[in-house]
Amino acid sequence: MRSFANEIRDGLDQALAEDPGVLVFGLGVPDPKGVFGTTLDLQEKYGEKRVFDMPTSENAMTGIAIGAALGGFKPVLTHQRLDFALLSMDQLVNNAAKWHFMFGGKRSVPITIRMILGRGWGQGPTHSQNLQSWFAHIPGLKVVMPALASDAKGLLLSSIFDPNPVIFLEHRWLHNAQTEAADTNKPIPLGEANLLREGDAVTVVSVSYMTIEALHAVDVLKEQGISCDLIDLRSISPIDWPKIEKSVKKTGKLLVLDTGFKSFGIAAEIMAHITETCFRDLTLPPARLTAPDYSESTSPALTKDYHIRAEHIAARIGDMTDRDVSIEPILNARGAAHDVPGNWFTGPF
Amino acid sequence: MTPELTKSLAHGMRRIRTVEETIAARYSEQEMRCPTHLSSGQEAVSAAAGALLRHSDLAVSGHRAHAHYLAKGGSLNAMIAEIYGRVTGCARGKGGSMHLIDEAVGFMGSTAIVGGTVPVGVGLGYSLMIKGGDDIACIFLGDAVVETGVFHEALNFATLKNLPVLFICENNFYSVYSPLEVRQPTAREIHEKIAGYGIHTASGDGNDVAAVHAVMSDAITKIRAGGGPAFLEFSTFRWREHCGPNYDDDLGYRPDPMIEEWTARDPISLFEGKALADGRLIQGEIDAMQQEIDTEVNAAFDFARSSEFPPAEEADMHVFADQMTGGPL
Ligand SMILES: Cc1ncc(C[n+]2csc(CCOP(=O)(O)OP(=O)(O)O)c2C)c(N)n1
Ligand SMILES: [Mg+2]
Repeated sequence: MRSFANEIRDGLDQALAEDPGVLVFGLGVPDPKGVFGTTLDLQEKYGEKRVFDMPTSENAMTGIAIGAALGGFKPVLTHQRLDFALLSMDQLVNNAAKWHFMFGGKRSVPITIRMILGRGWGQGPTHSQNLQSWFAHIPGLKVVMPALASDAKGLLLSSIFDPNPVIFLEHRWLHNAQTEAADTNKPIPLGEANLLREGDAVTVVSVSYMTIEALHAVDVLKEQGISCDLIDLRSISPIDWPKIEKSVKKTGKLLVLDTGFKSFGIAAEIMAHITETCFRDLTLPPARLTAPDYSESTSPALTKDYHIRAEHIAARIGDMTDRDVSIEPILNARGAAHDVPGNWFTGPF
Repeated sequence: MTPELTKSLAHGMRRIRTVEETIAARYSEQEMRCPTHLSSGQEAVSAAAGALLRHSDLAVSGHRAHAHYLAKGGSLNAMIAEIYGRVTGCARGKGGSMHLIDEAVGFMGSTAIVGGTVPVGVGLGYSLMIKGGDDIACIFLGDAVVETGVFHEALNFATLKNLPVLFICENNFYSVYSPLEVRQPTAREIHEKIAGYGIHTASGDGNDVAAVHAVMSDAITKIRAGGGPAFLEFSTFRWREHCGPNYDDDLGYRPDPMIEEWTARDPISLFEGKALADGRLIQGEIDAMQQEIDTEVNAAFDFARSSEFPPAEEADMHVFADQMTGGPL
């Protein structure tokens, strides 16, 4: 068994080994915890020039990554929370995303920006934001959001060796997730979604940690005679429209799941696109389950129903299919409090 | 130093220590469910500031703010309740340990993004400048904050406009596990680099509360007299892990001699030892003071734990304000 965090670490290790142009840096990269275990021992292996800690200067360091990329390198910059990377929006949006475009295709900017998405245990308003739609809104940025541990490495390798800036979003609740998949070293192309479950009742489109909740819901519903297509997007820009459209043409029903705020989000875009392209195939208005349009509070009393869980997904699919569904098996299987990814987590970060 | 000031500094440090150590002792009960950064070992800078700042002075801070909030006069009950996620918390449970506020005593807010409140503090200083008077804005910051762009941009503006702003930098040599030397050139100390702005700068031993008090008092007098911004750097040392209740020196990120040297220089015993020796304090007073603090701190934890959680309807409240809260000038 290998964890999501191990897979990320091995992806970095492989990229550093394969290509002397790969650089890995970010706050805490060489520290004893190694960014939740994802960068452990890399500095020892590849030296301080290629793997290094940095000042708390997110905006400048992003520009420096861009400059290094223009100089021929492939930097991977890591942020322990997406919220800290907000300081670098200027460099990401005005420089990284546009350099290739605004100089008429002279030079690409092969940078990968890893950002970790926080949740639970009082992460609160500024340590829990899922702003993937911000990045996906910007032409010139690719946005990758792995869900399964078995995809983490392949997607990271494709991101690092993509000629463009890639925002690689890792949900904190996934780092301990395990996979039994064989260690393949094979890149997974960006823009290829993964059809994880097949059925004809509803098309469920999901990203990142929501896919884990969706798997529980879809599997429990299958035992109750409702089979759904479950599409894990893996990357949201570029996005795999053909796979979503094909599924909707079969099921006629679309449910989109996202970890971000509801309004103007990824789910909104998918619903709009499907309404444009598959309007006549739809037998129901498209639906979405997302975070609400307000920030996550710190108090556990205020986060109980903030995030979408498997039981919400199952209940909504029941509504969409006019079927009575039982969420008991989901509730019974849940062993930990709502604000921790499992009982192994006892805080503080 | 007067006996009153001596007692006030000892009390200020002991109160912060007791609060932080009680949080550390109770964190494993899993009732304080938020990231929590403790200031044990770093009490002196806050205690000195607490003795010098007025409630009408305005202060802001960052992620490690318990000590600053308490020193400024922030309600202990409301802070502990906030960490416990209760509706009686200073932010009604919305913000937790990293988002403290008590406007009644001029503590205008602490936030979790490194450097995020520095320009806010300068903006508060601008508002004080326009209003006139001799109140000041005080910005508490860690050594990592001087690596941010926004710090330099805000300092530039404060200097340009000669604002009444006191920057207090607690240099504990680390940002999480990262030592200063992987983040900043260390040939010059932080305050020496800042001196290039042409403002008043000074530094001191942040574990010597009397020295901190003297350096701070001088700077505050200058700012109140219209001298413009000042930047003070105090070296100090965090005892526990960056975030959380434990010790983490088993990880080996801080050299043993450094740990030994700094923990031997406990700001409380350093100060009280001298005061006891020259008769400014007697042991009985210290014992009584500690007893009173213990009672207050235990009562605050009882208050927090017996407070209600916010009702679920509050989750989506406060996104927008319905009316101005600042009132007319
Ligand atoms: C912009 C930003 N980057 C990174 C972080 C993560 N972070 C939280 S506290 C901290 C350390 C700050 O160090 P310092 O200012 O020296 O304060 P100390 O913790 O030592 O008191 C870091 C890097 C953050 N909160 N915000
Ligand atoms: Mg520090």
